[in-house]
Amino acid sequence: MNSDITRLSAAELAHALDSREVSSVEVVQAHLDRIATVDADVHAYLHVDGEGALAAAQAVDQRRASGEDLHVLAGVPIAVKDVMVTKGLPTTCGSKILKGWIPPYDATVVSRLKAAGMPILGKTNMDEFAMGSSTEHSAYGPTHNPWDLTRIPGGSGGGSSAVVAAYEAPWAIGTDTGGSIRQPASVTGTVGVKPTYGGVSRYGLVALASSLDQAGPCTRTVLDAALLHSVIGGYDPMDSTSINAPVPSVVEAARNADVKGLKVGVIKELGGEGYQAGVRARFDESVALLQEAGAEIVEVSCPSFDYALAAYYLILPSEASSNLAKFDAMRYGLRVLPEGIDDPSAEQVMAATRDAGFGDEVKRRIILGTYALSSGYYDAYYGQAQKVRRLIAGDFDRAFGQVDVLVSPTAPTTAFKLGDKLDDPMSMYLQDVATIPANLAGVPGMSLPSGLAEEDGLPTGIQILAPATKDERLYNVGAALEKMLVDKWGGSLLAKAPELTAKGA
Amino acid sequence: MSALSRDDVAHLAGLARIDLSDVELDRMVGELGVILESVAKVQEVAAEDIEPMSHPLPLTNVTRPDVVRPSLGAEAALSGAPQQEQQRFSVPRILDED
Repeated sequence: MNSDITRLSAAELAHALDSREVSSVEVVQAHLDRIATVDADVHAYLHVDGEGALAAAQAVDQRRASGEDLHVLAGVPIAVKDVMVTKGLPTTCGSKILKGWIPPYDATVVSRLKAAGMPILGKTNMDEFAMGSSTEHSAYGPTHNPWDLTRIPGGSGGGSSAVVAAYEAPWAIGTDTGGSIRQPASVTGTVGVKPTYGGVSRYGLVALASSLDQAGPCTRTVLDAALLHSVIGGYDPMDSTSINAPVPSVVEAARNADVKGLKVGVIKELGGEGYQAGVRARFDESVALLQEAGAEIVEVSCPSFDYALAAYYLILPSEASSNLAKFDAMRYGLRVLPEGIDDPSAEQVMAATRDAGFGDEVKRRIILGTYALSSGYYDAYYGQAQKVRRLIAGDFDRAFGQVDVLVSPTAPTTAFKLGDKLDDPMSMYLQDVATIPANLAGVPGMSLPSGLAEEDGLPTGIQILAPATKDERLYNVGAALEKMLVDKWGGSLLAKAPELTAKGA
Repeated sequence: MSALSRDDVAHLAGLARIDLSDVELDRMVGELGVILESVAKVQEVAAEDIEPMSHPLPLTNVTRPDVVRPSLGAEAALSGAPQQEQQRFSVPRILDED
């Protein structure tokens, strides 16, 4: 079965490992071979740790052979977004300022993967410090969409979505501050979940915006996302914003997959003008399928969502400007001496280093955040954005008083061409218009494939949103819809993606 | 609200400790202007009596027991330092000469 290993879902791999049809070493090697074949074109990995992954796989195989009781996912390899610190493995956050940095500790998410016996294949590409919607802001070059190598894989977690879509890993860890798990999932025909804020530990996640950041699963199926969610989720005393409650019963919900009698709200403000026709058509079809399966569909209005993008692009830069102050050229990362200054001061070294080490988008957002927080402008910008945030949370509260889940298209368009939006930051920001409200309010959201847009043949995504801590509803609805769509397509959507071959082949 | 001038952006870059080049400054003035105009939309909301929301979770004063626990050793903590000396971070001068 060696040639097919990379096509299996993580759940199928876990089963094959448990029944000894394959070894973990074989599974890891199959993925390393796949990476060697396609990643020169896709460029989804910033660092591949073949040696470490094989060693971890071998250890799991030995423990299994000796009859040890193993975690159900032991031996299934995974890729990790380069914003999660990994002891002994380079962690750059897609930035030059952290080039070559090797963290001395593991993020809690990474510790949990290791404790479950999951070999780590490598670190995935991303927009620098997770600022972007295309991976084009990575200091190490963009990732290419496996569906069409001339297009973006989404962002910031385009590396994680692309490794999953290109079968370079069964699944991956992503992080989502304004849509960085869900929008990449949407444009690559994969599944991505942003759990409830506080549901997954942020310890060891290099912070972009601390009140918005949340790590979650990037997978090919809804069940896989639930399995991964249950490994990484749960209380962590090392994160003061961690929710002290059991992980929602997400795996059970994914297996239940029944929407009969459920109330599904279509968000009026997300999905009209500015959304590509093919995205809208596939979304309407998915909603019709949910209705056929017995869900009650109602339209719900969330009027403050019209202000979400503006509030987000004040709150995020404000928090980011503070979080990124730690890159001061003193304790870790790059140190650049200013030209033409003898015996420069620490301040001058810091300013020269940050100019050389940060990319354009990072500089833009730090300066915007510095402005929004500065005295005299604070009330008009950051303060006012915080009030809008309260209104958005209120809209969610009211909506979830009427319905069990909300739905919208995940992203307004399919994957655009690399380079198309680089000179127009505002048009890039609009990619996140439908995903941002969930981060502002802290509610969980999932994106799953809804089909291919007629006009360009590229994947489209549907977003499901649930009340805070009710993540299981995403999996119940997502799995039900996935089953109906896969039946309709006669197989997974990814099976329709063009075959990738070795570079030049 | 008037638009940002080139001097404003230079001042902000100084506050943020980023030594922007002239070319970068020129470009940033225009880009930030467009973005600011767009995000100023938050000011259309009449929000006198709305309590600002800084965070999704209603948490206050999360503490842990005040007991010693293991932490990084000096070697690990210094492992990423651009320069170190005698088990310390070595930094450029932090005071002016006069």
